[in-house]
Amino acid sequence: MKDWRNWIKNNWFYVIVIVVAICIPAFMPNRYTFQIVIMSCLMAVGALSFNLLLGFTGQASLAHGAFFGIGAYGASLLALKLGWSFWIALPVGAAIAALIGMVVGIPTLRTRGAYFAIATMCLGEIITLVAGNWMELTGGHNGLVGIPTPTPIRIPGFFTIDFNNQVAQYYLVLIFLLIVIFFMRRLVYSLKGLTFMAVRNNELLAEAIGINTFRTKLLSFVVSTFIVGLAGGIYASLIGSISPTVASIKITFDFLLFTLLGGMATIAGPVIGSFGLLVLMEYLQFLQEYQMIIFGVLLVAVIVYFPRGFMGAFMKIKSKMKKAGT
Amino acid sequence: MELLFQQLFNGVMLGSTYALFALGLTLVYGILHVPNFAHGHMYMLGAYVGFSLITIYGLAYWPALAITAVLMAAAGVILEFLAYRPLRNEPHINSFISALGALFVLENGVIAIWGPQGQRMPNPHPGVMEYMGIIMSQQRLLVIVSAVILIILLQLFIKKTILGSTIEAVAQNPEGARLVGINVDFVSSLTFAISTALAAIAALFVAPIFMLSPTMGSLLGLKGFVIIILGGLGSIPGAIVGGLILGLIEALGGGYVSAAYKDAFAFGALVLILAIKPTGLFGKEVKGR
Repeated sequence: MKDWRNWIKNNWFYVIVIVVAICIPAFMPNRYTFQIVIMSCLMAVGALSFNLLLGFTGQASLAHGAFFGIGAYGASLLALKLGWSFWIALPVGAAIAALIGMVVGIPTLRTRGAYFAIATMCLGEIITLVAGNWMELTGGHNGLVGIPTPTPIRIPGFFTIDFNNQVAQYYLVLIFLLIVIFFMRRLVYSLKGLTFMAVRNNELLAEAIGINTFRTKLLSFVVSTFIVGLAGGIYASLIGSISPTVASIKITFDFLLFTLLGGMATIAGPVIGSFGLLVLMEYLQFLQEYQMIIFGVLLVAVIVYFPRGFMGAFMKIKSKMKKAGT
Repeated sequence: MELLFQQLFNGVMLGSTYALFALGLTLVYGILHVPNFAHGHMYMLGAYVGFSLITIYGLAYWPALAITAVLMAAAGVILEFLAYRPLRNEPHINSFISALGALFVLENGVIAIWGPQGQRMPNPHPGVMEYMGIIMSQQRLLVIVSAVILIILLQLFIKKTILGSTIEAVAQNPEGARLVGINVDFVSSLTFAISTALAAIAALFVAPIFMLSPTMGSLLGLKGFVIIILGGLGSIPGAIVGGLILGLIEALGGGYVSAAYKDAFAFGALVLILAIKPTGLFGKEVKGR
């Protein structure tokens, strides 16, 4: 009994967040807003995986959007051309993204810092070019249309879950997001997670104490491309059509923006960043063309004054208040 | 044979503007040790500023070029002051992200002011010359000659004047430079002014030949990195040679190989080179950071 009370006392905040997240569909005013919430969940997953690389391992990969695109194209093509069930096509699509991630990670991860950023940017550009020009497979610049929604889950005699309504789609992405958050928490606080951070903080020092830095970086890269590939596959299935823009640098920049403004190297940061910014974008709709200018200025201001983003500022205030209290 | 010479001529023209662009990029890298991702966008902004001076204020081409260079030099100083200087002692990844923020602002700012559609600038020197079967437009010839003059002037400035050699001093050893009394802040501003002015001039050189568009900067920015990585980050001769090589590859590739994947080859080659030699073709061993 006491254990249970303690658990609630320590984790009340997370319980409230999850309860609110479960109840959200009841408060959605219209389809449009609901769609934004669903997309926020998916973008949060992408930002989380980007954060694993940038925030925890210290590698600024600018090809992350391209892997989102590979996951999207992979899962859609398997479902469209081979008629595979979504539940098989999705992990296979993500595995393709992870495999390509490994193949390109081996040469590019040998480089450091600026070279790595430039090399991955070039790779991302190549992948976008291929998506736009490989007519037979990707449909060129027109992209793919008529991608089926996730295959219904049927348990005969009990129930059927259809994914052609927003409520079911929402719970799908919510569960996906929660699994990824849980996984990230376990990963970054494990010994493996510590080696990631050791590589981020000082690669040479990490190597000196016996960490195989190349393998560590490669593992982080492959895991993060797998997760972003999953997000891409779900995205394609929910939207129903994709074009080469899902593989573009624009998506990478979105992940970067969400991660940084939310707070690099925290678990909550990318999630808060995704929801916060996507909602903010809706309120700033009237500014339209000035929106990205504002975000650009915000990005520079945040990196100069709050390098740890919203979460960093939040922690600072919290620790100050604690000091004032005692 | 005539086709070959023609393509070589075009390649040298393209390459000399690439070299001007990459020179600025490599100078800034030497000082900051950060890839200035906004350089391509400063180039684009330069093209649009010059375009407005010519079409709206009715200036002639050469005065407009000079005024644009001065204005953009000021813009470069402002960029350095706002987006890079506060981060000089932070991890490099921060200034790199700051550069991406600046890039957002520049690209979307230009779209907000001039619109997303392409613009065409009137050609100030429409005349054409022919020599041994090669057709050379006067504008293209002028571009080559002026680029060579500018590159020589820049070399003389850096190697022969005290002010210029402070740039090299800071690039080699910032602390040492500070010890002998060099104002590192001032040198950073100066480097950004020169680098951005060069980019703006390169932009106005090719503006009458190609179209202007808000996205013209991002692709060139990436090519700029290909060039300076080929030539070794921070190396001035490397940037010149790399620029000419890339210009020639593109002109010959455009003439003889497929055009759709033209850019993919350049980027692919870069990835390949980095895979074999992670510090670039002529790059020195990187110090541990």
